[in-house]
Amino acid sequence: MKHLIPEFDRMRARYPKGFESSLVLPCLRRIQEDRGFVADEDIDGVVAYLGVPRIQVEEVLSFYGQFRRKAIGRCHLQVCRNLSCSLNGAERILDHLTKKLGVKPGETTADGRYTLSTVECLAACGTAPVLMVGDTYHESMTPEKIDALLKTLP
Amino acid sequence: MANRRLLMTFPVTATSHTLAEYRARGGYAALEKALREMTPQKVVAEVTASGIQGRGGAAFPMGRKWAVVQPNDGIPHYLCANADEGEPGTFKDRWILEFAPHLLLESMLIASYALQVRNAFVYIRGEFDGPYRRLAGAVEEAYEAGYLGAGILGTDFACDLVVYRGAGSYVCGEASALITSIEGKRGYPRNRPPRLTVRGLYQKPTVINNVETLSNIAWIVANGGKAFSAIGVAKDPGTRLISISGHIARPGVYEVECGYPFAKFIFEDCGGGTDGRPIKAIIPGGISTKVLTGKEIEKLTLDNPSLTAAGSSMGSGGMVAIAEGTCMVRLLQVLLRFYHHESCGQCTPCREGMGWLHRIIDRIVAGEGRSEDIERLYQISAWNDGTTICGMGDAAGYATVGILNKFRDEFEYWIEHKRSRNDGALECPRFS
Repeated sequence: MKHLIPEFDRMRARYPKGFESSLVLPCLRRIQEDRGFVADEDIDGVVAYLGVPRIQVEEVLSFYGQFRRKAIGRCHLQVCRNLSCSLNGAERILDHLTKKLGVKPGETTADGRYTLSTVECLAACGTAPVLMVGDTYHESMTPEKIDALLKTLP
Repeated sequence: MANRRLLMTFPVTATSHTLAEYRARGGYAALEKALREMTPQKVVAEVTASGIQGRGGAAFPMGRKWAVVQPNDGIPHYLCANADEGEPGTFKDRWILEFAPHLLLESMLIASYALQVRNAFVYIRGEFDGPYRRLAGAVEEAYEAGYLGAGILGTDFACDLVVYRGAGSYVCGEASALITSIEGKRGYPRNRPPRLTVRGLYQKPTVINNVETLSNIAWIVANGGKAFSAIGVAKDPGTRLISISGHIARPGVYEVECGYPFAKFIFEDCGGGTDGRPIKAIIPGGISTKVLTGKEIEKLTLDNPSLTAAGSSMGSGGMVAIAEGTCMVRLLQVLLRFYHHESCGQCTPCREGMGWLHRIIDRIVAGEGRSEDIERLYQISAWNDGTTICGMGDAAGYATVGILNKFRDEFEYWIEHKRSRNDGALECPRFS
């Protein structure tokens, strides 16, 4: 995490004085982008850098759905299954991926390439069903489009 | 009805979101007007005169929220735009963030001037990567052009803005949870009083407004509160961004003038149900608003007085169309799974109630429903109503009761026959 401190310093300059606690989420997000998950030593680093209680960082990590404490596959495939996506075929999308990758939601393929998850509303309901790959939305998905997309992923 | 537009007033192109094009459309003129010709009190007076109500779901009058903040009280005030947009079915703020980010920034700057805010925030949901990049790009453009920072437009007005990213939590769209999240903690809602406009972010007066609500300010300042109040209907002035999805021929974001005929919107503007299927039901404003049947919408208009009289509300403008043939039992199962997943766990009625509702609906769908289950769903919804710190406990109850009241026979059928009367269908094309 230490190599990110210059970036954290720049981020901190945009906040009012006394807002160190606010930087917990942005710092953790940046660490996760960098490492793929948040490790124990990252928690130590954030606690030391911001001077916040360790329990606060632990609580944040266990509360917010996007934070991870363990490594996942190279590509994170998240299928939205909320209302508008369900009305437009999210179940078929999830079935297709489950069969194609041979894993259930929450699991990673044996080669460490893909992790499959379900996710709640991504606010892209007009172009349902939606699949999020990493940070990127792929909208109006069909099994055919998924097959084409998988070929382009690392 | 003329259907005037205040926000979606330009053709979207690959560059229409940039500062250069926003200025070419007259952008930042309202900020100039506010800073050079109006006192902060005058801006607040215009917003109050406009009668604009919140577009995030609660329809609280913006002027009344702002009036609580005391000018010249010597303590910092904060402004937060709520761009969490987590209410399922809602994706209208995304349109502003992606295509009109400077409209939001200009409006927030005017609001900051009016409310004597030195530091403003946009709280944007963590999944919105594309909209975040657009907005963050616009913030950099605004800093470079001198619209943000110190000495804005050569005046002594100064304002800094941070785009704060969430990390995957529905409840953080609730204003007090949003604030707790910006404090870098778990997004737990807070009890009121004190109101957030009295003690909000770091215990300082804080105004939280929805992205769309805020984005109307530039127009209100440019044209006057009175002109705004003449648009729409008297008790709900202005326009609404409606994001429509589900079984609808032309899904997307539309701007309609409040008071626009509901049926005209569905059947003419949006082309009716997918593949011409009849509309069975419409959830008008996010899944937490009570469902309306296809028949009910015929007499209604798109504004809060009309929908409130029908027992529902415009909510967050997240409309979901449901075609004939859809199984309402499995639909409610999707909603209850969501509420269970998103309960923050702070209040017992919600933490336990959401799981209970979810287990009952799962049991019904598994063919193990019991005769008392429908009454139990009603009972748990009633126990949640008004007994939790935030509105989420109420919301899940509204969604449940709304569907049970109108489609109870489908639940009774499944419990009795251990199967769906509609083939368990959620997706439209499967049986078209």
